[in-house]
Amino acid sequence: MVKPDDLGKIIDEHPFFQGIDDTLRALLVGCAANERYEAGQFLFREGQEAAKFYLVRAGTVAVEIDVPGKQPIVIETIGEGEVAGWSWIVEPYRSTFDARAIGLVRAISFDGKCLRKKMAADPALGYEVLRRFVPMMAHRLSSARLQMLDLYGPSAKPEKVKKAKVKAAGKTKGTNRSPAARLAKAAKKSKKDS
Amino acid sequence: MTAVPRDPMLPVLFRIEKVRRDLSDTFTMELVPEAGGEFSFKPGQFNMLYVFGVGEIPISISGDPGDRSVLVHTTRAVGAVSSALDSLKAGDQIGVRGPYGTAWPIESAYGQDVVFVAGGVGLAPLRPAIYHAMNNRERYGKVMVLYGARTPEDILFKKELERWRGRFDMDVLVTVDRATGKWSGNVGVVTNLVARGGFDPLHTTAFVCGPEVMMRYGASALEKKGVARDTIWISMERNMKCGVGLCGHCQWGSHFVCKDGPVFRYDSVADLFQVREL
Repeated sequence: MVKPDDLGKIIDEHPFFQGIDDTLRALLVGCAANERYEAGQFLFREGQEAAKFYLVRAGTVAVEIDVPGKQPIVIETIGEGEVAGWSWIVEPYRSTFDARAIGLVRAISFDGKCLRKKMAADPALGYEVLRRFVPMMAHRLSSARLQMLDLYGPSAKPEKVKKAKVKAAGKTKGTNRSPAARLAKAAKKSKKDS
Repeated sequence: MTAVPRDPMLPVLFRIEKVRRDLSDTFTMELVPEAGGEFSFKPGQFNMLYVFGVGEIPISISGDPGDRSVLVHTTRAVGAVSSALDSLKAGDQIGVRGPYGTAWPIESAYGQDVVFVAGGVGLAPLRPAIYHAMNNRERYGKVMVLYGARTPEDILFKKELERWRGRFDMDVLVTVDRATGKWSGNVGVVTNLVARGGFDPLHTTAFVCGPEVMMRYGASALEKKGVARDTIWISMERNMKCGVGLCGHCQWGSHFVCKDGPVFRYDSVADLFQVREL
């Protein structure tokens, strides 16, 4: 069992809440719990109530979407020092993706209802939490847009590349000149041109 | 052995020693001069490869600059000439002009952390600089390779990346744009790896290579981490023909990519990235 003081220290050390005011941190601690997930366990599932969000302390969480009849597609991974889950802050408070621990994951979870209540009662806390969440959400949106661009182009599945029918140099039929002879001719021509 | 004499406009005959398939549409060729001799180049430079009867294309050199006995090119088959190259086998011949263009200033980064940010086949033009950093490891601070690919199946030089990651003196982080449950690595854009840091931004030189949009966002992520614009380098790709700044095909603003690039210091070209349809 992690003591509240230790939880406060962990929260303060995590990049997401780093440097937060002591009073506000104490409010956060009241909604926080230390959690651990084994590989394959879900932190949250699509469609379920988004009850919590997580400060990942160790391990990697896969954010994925279930595709019927196929392997789930991982659309993002969240690692140490990052945050998993923001549906707790957006009505109707339902998770929009699955979040699965890839290996052992240690995280500090925050009870969404508890925190929303405190944020409504204390605008300073509300502002501080949103001030940290909004850039993270904007970053994720921007990353998702970049991913959609499919920047790296084709590959993956062994597609048959349409190969031009080229005779190997030096074995070309229908010409009297070898590549070396053609190069010599080009050199002669280049001298003439200059 | 004597160096191969080179006239910049005259292809030299090279023989394909070995062809390795890297991905379904990407392959690496090892070439040796038919007349014997060595081939020296600087990391980041490119050659014009001439497939007889088909045409000529610019391809970055992807081999170790410390090994002059073999010339290595990694190519993705996307057009007529690159597909024609893809159809060649060991023993066939091609014409080679070069090396051309500016180089990654890897030696001027001595004493600094170096971060290589690569996307897709953009890892190939960076590989000579990575080799140089590894061959001179003691001269650098941290060495990081941040690589993004489309899917786990599209990771270029996979075995080599694994080998580099196995070294205790460099960090290699790989991410893919999408994956299924079998992949236990990172998923997300390569700029996310930059955001995670792990290098000293005030003493870092960064080399970025990949699709233009990726380089733009990659450079921007490095800047956000505190890396100065004048220590970020990128490598541009344009339609090059002559390779020596004569024909104008590769003009990019006031630059000719073949002659003034392909490697540019980011602060000298950052504004051009904002110009539409350039």
